[in-house]
Amino acid sequence: MARSRHVLLSFALAASLAATAVSAGDLKDLYFGEAIFEAAQGRYFEALERLDAELAQHRRVDEPERDSLHYHRATAEFDVGDFELDYRMHHRAGRAIKAVLEANVDDVIRNEAAFRLARIHFQKDQPEDALHALERIHGKVPEAIRDDIEFLRANVYLALGRPADAVPVLTKLQGAQGLRGFAAYNLGIALLQAGHSPEALHQLEQAGQIASRDPATAAIRDKSNMVLGRMMLESARFDRAQQSFDRVRLDGPYSNQALLSAGWADASAGNFERALVPWRILIDRDTTDSAVQEARLALPFAYGKLNVYGRAALFYGQALDSFGGELEKLDASIRSIREGNFLKALVREEIHQDKNWVVRLRTLPDAPETFYLTTLMASHDFQTALHNYLDLEDLRRKLVTWQGSFDAFDDLIRLRRANYEPLLPEIDAQFRELDSQMKLRVEQRDHLRKRLKDILTAPRPELLATTDERIALERIRSVEKAIAGVPEEQRAGVQESVQRLKGVLIWTLRTEYPERLTQAYKNLQALQQHIDVLTAQYAAFVRTRQAAVHSYAGYDDLISRLRTHVGSALEQVDMLKARQGALIETVAIDELEARAERLETYQSQARYAVADSYDRATKAQAEAAGALP
Amino acid sequence: MSRAILRVLLCLLAGVFAPAQAEDTYRQQMKGLDEQVQEVKSDVLSIAAELNQLRERLLYPSDTHLAVFVALARGETLRLDAVQIKIDGQPVANYLYSFKELEALQKGGVQRIYTGNIATGEHDIEISLNGKLANGKDHTHIEHFAFTKAVKPKLMGLTLAGPDSGQPAVSIGDW
Repeated sequence: MARSRHVLLSFALAASLAATAVSAGDLKDLYFGEAIFEAAQGRYFEALERLDAELAQHRRVDEPERDSLHYHRATAEFDVGDFELDYRMHHRAGRAIKAVLEANVDDVIRNEAAFRLARIHFQKDQPEDALHALERIHGKVPEAIRDDIEFLRANVYLALGRPADAVPVLTKLQGAQGLRGFAAYNLGIALLQAGHSPEALHQLEQAGQIASRDPATAAIRDKSNMVLGRMMLESARFDRAQQSFDRVRLDGPYSNQALLSAGWADASAGNFERALVPWRILIDRDTTDSAVQEARLALPFAYGKLNVYGRAALFYGQALDSFGGELEKLDASIRSIREGNFLKALVREEIHQDKNWVVRLRTLPDAPETFYLTTLMASHDFQTALHNYLDLEDLRRKLVTWQGSFDAFDDLIRLRRANYEPLLPEIDAQFRELDSQMKLRVEQRDHLRKRLKDILTAPRPELLATTDERIALERIRSVEKAIAGVPEEQRAGVQESVQRLKGVLIWTLRTEYPERLTQAYKNLQALQQHIDVLTAQYAAFVRTRQAAVHSYAGYDDLISRLRTHVGSALEQVDMLKARQGALIETVAIDELEARAERLETYQSQARYAVADSYDRATKAQAEAAGALP
Repeated sequence: MSRAILRVLLCLLAGVFAPAQAEDTYRQQMKGLDEQVQEVKSDVLSIAAELNQLRERLLYPSDTHLAVFVALARGETLRLDAVQIKIDGQPVANYLYSFKELEALQKGGVQRIYTGNIATGEHDIEISLNGKLANGKDHTHIEHFAFTKAVKPKLMGLTLAGPDSGQPAVSIGDW
């Protein structure tokens, strides 16, 4: 009972959470968007790969508020938890959300984080931790998840065996639109577990009559009717049981069970004629369904009770044929599974194209072994095992591809080394020469800049003289020196000429000084532009030189380490895949053998019953003949 | 109704209602395996992260790295069929969208359509898209943009929109 309760609650919760879709508003971080793109296609490994890397980088940056992920940080932390859950990594799920909880965030974000953490704990079958997380919710709660929080709280109480605490919570949720059906059904279960049977029956009655076209709500309505009907049947209230079973949809997942049970409700009330109606419908349905197989026995049983022995014998005969055929099918399925065909069918690509791939397994040609396993495959544990097997196969493919890529990387590195290493010594020599020339020019530029700066504070026009002027000045100075020793009367004429010439030069230098200074600055700027180009080329060269070396140096250790990791992960995956596959096969074979055993029991009952019916038919015929005049 | 019938029916119904799950021993084994599977998934994710970094360093060094991403404008109803990208006249990506991928784009996902290497400097990108409008009409659009590749990696986001949206057919963004 505890197990089935858990399944029912999980079902209800999963359905309510299905509405939580991946969404992105105004996207600021492309890698985050990429993770959403992958996750929306069910590629959770790739989504986690992207988002883990992006979050790790975001945590490393010095100024996270300037990082593009900052805008999406809370959503990204939430999403990584969701992706981990979707990828069935329950152990890791929650780590990122805990980080949000510990961070200094506002109430709305913290409360959503607490809710998500609680949900993860609940899904991990840790209701105490889930309750602890829910207790951290206080202050402003996001409107969109208010009902979900309370629904989760009620489910946690139920999982903790505290149905009395769940009842008031679920009672308040009866008007919640997104939870219609689920809240009603869970309230019924909570009341039942709290020992309030009359109220529970009334509640399940209400849950069984909720009008909705939503498939999930309709399914939970059917479930309510099935539970209520069964309870009524057990307490011999056949009419009410009948009403409940009749409310179950004829095309829903509980349809076959409902038809079978409806027949039994009639039969239990002694109304065998009415019991014929659902059972006749049922025997034309899928012969692998256990309800249909039971109906094949129940129908002639009812005819027998109605003293229609001939027809009873006929249907028992048909049941025998059908059971024989099904037993052969089961034998073939068991053989096929032992030959490894079930696992081969599981990894067939075409079946994973939609979410209902488990259901689609039945439609696979050449995979008869799956026909009898629908119920088993619908169970949570088995589905997890199937998914794990597929995940392992996916990991194996990835690892094999990566293993192959290391050889390609090695080739690439070898070719790059072979190309660059012989070229680099000559390039480096040329570069050193260029480097020294460049340093010289830069020094000259610095010198000129300094000189111009000095001139600004202490003008020295002679420093801006042209070459001709400098030569002329030098000559004048030589002449001045030469005539210095000559007697004054002899040098008077020459000295005057020299002074005049000097005066002209100084005049020119002084009067043209502002224009020359401006021009000098312009020239310095032009020089700076050339140096900028040169510096850019220099930097580009250094980068290219570094890139050339980085393209082949420093990878050996990393590649070697990764190669070892991939190799050991591949071994681990192969080993786990083999064990997981063997376990799946064993469980599947057990299930098929159990079904075969049950069919054999039915078969022997039918054998006895067919003979008995023929005897009774013959006897009745004889009695009828004897009664004739 | 006789008690015998009730016993029979409850027996039969027990078969219907009994949870079709593996036995407890199997469940324990499955749980144990599940934990190991989770561990190996974690290991492989770590390997993938390191491998991605290696691949990026080795194949797409930052000074030549160019990545082009495609997103759909918010609420866009254009049914995108294909996108072709040319850089400097050379086709580099030609992508046909499946229904699942289109749905993923409509949910706000961003697709990395191209990763490659390109020299620093001025370049031209041509984006052509084919799709169907909400009214069923075919829609084709081609647009060119000039862009500069600097020394750092270039991440270019293309946001696509149909003619009914009132937004530019292709908006280009830098990240």
